[in-house]
Amino acid sequence: MSLPNQHTISVMVENRPGVLARVSGLFARRGFNINSLAVSATEDPEISRMTVVTTGDTRELEQIIKQLNKLIDVITIYDHTDENLIEREIALIKVHATVENRSEIMQLTTVFRAEIVNITPSDETMIIEITGDQNRVDAFLETLAKFDVLELVRTGKIALVRGARAT
Amino acid sequence: MNGAEALVKALKLEGVDVIFGISGGAALPIYHALGDPENGITHMLVRHEQAAAHMAEGFAKATGRVGVCLATSGPGATNLVTGIADAILDSVPMVAITGQVPTTAIGSDAFQESDIVGVTMPIVKHSFQARNANDIPRLVREAFYIASTGRPGPVLIDVPRDVAQAPVDKFVSPKEVKIRGYNPNTKPDLSELEQAVELIRHAEKPVLYVGGGVVSTEAHKELLALAEKTDIPVTTTLMGRGAIDDGHPLSMNMPGMHGTAYANWAIRDADLLIAVGVRFDDRVTGNLKKFARNAKVIHVEIDPAEVHKNRVAEVSIIADAKDALRELAELCPEKKHDGWRRQIAQWREEQPLFYDKNGELKPQQVIEELSELTDGQALMATDVGQHQMWAAQFYHFRRPRQLLTSGGLGTMGFGLPAALGAKVAFPQQEVWLITGDGSFQMNLQELATSRVYNLPIKIALMNNHSLGMVRQWQTLFYDQRYSGIELPDVPDYVKLADAYGCLGLRVTKPEDVRPALEQARATNDRTVLIEFIHDADEHVYPMIPSGQSVEDMRLQPRKRA
Repeated sequence: MSLPNQHTISVMVENRPGVLARVSGLFARRGFNINSLAVSATEDPEISRMTVVTTGDTRELEQIIKQLNKLIDVITIYDHTDENLIEREIALIKVHATVENRSEIMQLTTVFRAEIVNITPSDETMIIEITGDQNRVDAFLETLAKFDVLELVRTGKIALVRGARAT
Repeated sequence: MNGAEALVKALKLEGVDVIFGISGGAALPIYHALGDPENGITHMLVRHEQAAAHMAEGFAKATGRVGVCLATSGPGATNLVTGIADAILDSVPMVAITGQVPTTAIGSDAFQESDIVGVTMPIVKHSFQARNANDIPRLVREAFYIASTGRPGPVLIDVPRDVAQAPVDKFVSPKEVKIRGYNPNTKPDLSELEQAVELIRHAEKPVLYVGGGVVSTEAHKELLALAEKTDIPVTTTLMGRGAIDDGHPLSMNMPGMHGTAYANWAIRDADLLIAVGVRFDDRVTGNLKKFARNAKVIHVEIDPAEVHKNRVAEVSIIADAKDALRELAELCPEKKHDGWRRQIAQWREEQPLFYDKNGELKPQQVIEELSELTDGQALMATDVGQHQMWAAQFYHFRRPRQLLTSGGLGTMGFGLPAALGAKVAFPQQEVWLITGDGSFQMNLQELATSRVYNLPIKIALMNNHSLGMVRQWQTLFYDQRYSGIELPDVPDYVKLADAYGCLGLRVTKPEDVRPALEQARATNDRTVLIEFIHDADEHVYPMIPSGQSVEDMRLQPRKRA
């Protein structure tokens, strides 16, 4: 599930210096939105994958894909709109966990199948990791909002399509 | 062999015989290699790097070959930027080579360091920075391939000084270029062609709206074959002028902001627009919602990103204009559009291109007389502004690659170096520059280049002592508050011409126009600059104000009889 007009695309690019600047610069100068961006290695060391979540209507999405295709370093683009995706984001949340609320936080963490990855009792802080699709991460963050969240970091989305087809 | 020598050898392999540029510290190894008389490449030293880029553009636009310009790092490289931006917007095949500080100094804010790859990223088709001297032959091959195929454009090669000086183990230039992210050769799709033929077959008021893509593929014969077979009138955009002979009965001259009334009315009433090698630029369409609102659109275009960008097309053919037009001309049945042609002829009679002949010297008269004297055969470079529009309207163009003008970027200062670049390519041809006093002063230093390399061109400078097009807008839309447009009477252009070893003439009366043009045509040992002094209140008409539509078109006021 995703927001209306939100699209996930995978941009397969040559693994060369400057490629990220070319892609992100194109989004900036043509006024396209980037909601999130994840750049990673792939099974082929010469190719990087950029997973971009962007917002726009069908025509805007078409322009984004066509303009990206004009970049020489862009090899292929997969548009994941309406596709059966496995998608993941990771968030790390540092919360102020007092003696009073610690057990509630731990309970919620279990419910969301998140994980407490660090506890620093002297500072009364805790770092929780959650991995999941956008909705799950959003829901967990919403749940934690009533606590004292000290810091939050979240990756861009990565995604693959189910099945044998290359995506 | 070092990197710089490999660079020069690779350029030679691409058929380069002339480069326009200015040297400097980081470019010294490249200039050392270029200076070897054995290599057979002529280097032309200009007076400002911007002019080097525009000369390369003029050369490229006139020939269809890749133009090459060269500059040193830092300010040399940044001075190329306007020319590179001009080339991307007008799809000009160009390779720009820049020196760079040594790789060890990159990122240290070294003397004359600028991140030119970063600076130009939004305005190049592609760019390279050579990191290894052994790569240089391949980079040059790829650069020329990318610049000249598909939708042409500028490619930058940045060469750090240490890479230029590093030894090359073995000069390896790939025979065939293969870039997996770049596949420019698309052939017209048969089912799209068939759909287009269906639309053309049923159209009653069709218009061919053709642009730079027809010029750059030299598809004029194919265009003519289609237009004549199907009896469809043709309007040529600024970049497309010359795609059809203006004397042809099907030619409607230019559309858009300063297009002919009859071309704009034809587009307004058209039921089918066959758009070939055009991008529905705002200077043509004005208000997109009201542009050709009764027409279905067939869009023939090599760049898929232009299709549906500004105007959704009913049929799109992603292909080289020449291939697509050839196929269409073959597949379309013969047709006549007598009623539609009569309507357009009537509009043309009611509202031709004209100007007020009131006994004063008029810039349109200069262009008209020049067109007659040269029989529409000269290479015509222009700068940007009113004179550019008058040149586009009143010169009788006959063939593609004849008009060298800055369309997309609208670069004042483009004209003189572009004219010189064309003269380099065609030394035997008559090359004219139509310019204005504002534009000309932006690159007039290149009169020196014309003198030093014996490139005698002919310059018609329309002097209205102001930035005329801006003044026109201030007159019509900004309460006649003339702000920042006055260009008082300096320099003395006759003396200026003389100082540069050119012939300078001044014309103030209409009866002296023709003799001056004739004198210029007869003078071939040096550049001739004729200053035509005319009134600043002369406006370019017709005019569709920016963002408006054909309903808002303003016509040339008629003199009362």
